[in-house]
Amino acid sequence: MDKNMKILIVDDFSTMRRIIKNLLRDLGFTNTAEADDGTTALPMLQSGNFDFLVTDWNMPGMTGIDLLRAVRADERLKLLPVLMVTAEAKRDQIIEAAQAGVNGYVVKPFTAQVLKEKIEKIFERVNG
Amino acid sequence: MDHKDSPMDELESSLKTHAQALLASLEQGKFGDAVQLIHELNKARDRGLYLEVGKLTRELHNSIVDFKLDPRVPHAQEISEIADATERLDYVVQMTERAANRTMDLVEQSAPMVNDLSGEARQLSVEWGRFMRREMSAESFRELAKRIELFLARSERDNGKLSANLNDILLAQDFQDLTGQVIKRVTKLVTDVESNLLKLVLMASNVDRFAGIEHDLNSIHAEREEQKQPSRGEGPQINADKREDVVAGQDDVDDLLSSLGF
Repeated sequence: MDKNMKILIVDDFSTMRRIIKNLLRDLGFTNTAEADDGTTALPMLQSGNFDFLVTDWNMPGMTGIDLLRAVRADERLKLLPVLMVTAEAKRDQIIEAAQAGVNGYVVKPFTAQVLKEKIEKIFERVNG
Repeated sequence: MDHKDSPMDELESSLKTHAQALLASLEQGKFGDAVQLIHELNKARDRGLYLEVGKLTRELHNSIVDFKLDPRVPHAQEISEIADATERLDYVVQMTERAANRTMDLVEQSAPMVNDLSGEARQLSVEWGRFMRREMSAESFRELAKRIELFLARSERDNGKLSANLNDILLAQDFQDLTGQVIKRVTKLVTDVESNLLKLVLMASNVDRFAGIEHDLNSIHAEREEQKQPSRGEGPQINADKREDVVAGQDDVDDLLSSLGF
């Protein structure tokens, strides 16, 4: 796994972005950027050469699930690995995210270990 | 409510007696009497309606007074309990955010110190091993001794700083006590408002009966269902372990995804 890969963290709460950023740094990923909802994240993704997207679901403006759909619909972004880190815990929602093409799903509250496992699993598949 | 002389019962009995009289006078061709009876019936209905509307208005007024919602009173914004509750919840958001940031500041400040200390200790123990195996010149040993002295002084200083940071992290959790109290008060207010609203709804339903208004509950429910947008997100689920449609944790998510072929 390339530790220099560029990661976009999308969450409307700055504290949650900071927690994820710190956990990623602990895992060796220091090349991160932040956005507070899908509306600001999408143009960043379209112009920023990101390698990985970590997004919340419930956000004002554009939600994470809509952002995921927009990414999958974009010719240049459609293969971008996406990890959803969210408090949304209904079975229907997880199925909805899977159908929209999410690569991993972590429910809040989560541990550093879970985040690490899911990221490793995603890149095993992407590279394998 | 006393059922014997409730306005609804009064209306019912008045309807019954007047209806028979009305029929009788119509059969006998006494139209003047019939019109008079219809007038009486209307009066009984109006009396009940006015009474119920009056009760509803009084209760509404009491609620407005209770929750200090009247926008006409001076400083309405400051004394309204709802506005006050909103402000209190904003305060909770601020407090929790501040505590989270304070804690993360201290962790971010402490983590590099711990890493540096353990890195230096690792290097020194390698050097110390060389010395113990007599692989070290006297010159190198003098250097090592100097490094060890510096390291001891530094670890004492940094450990003091770390222990102070841990203490500050502990203190940053004091928001829990304050926000807990605030949230409890707001919860009580919401419960009060709910029971008052319920009272108003019951009174309004009496008005509906007198006025003969019926609501189509099915269409109201259908409309509400339509407004639900699952993709908007619902936020954290409460009592997740007691609900079938909600996962109880990450293990459930993993099971569900693997059943979908992930």
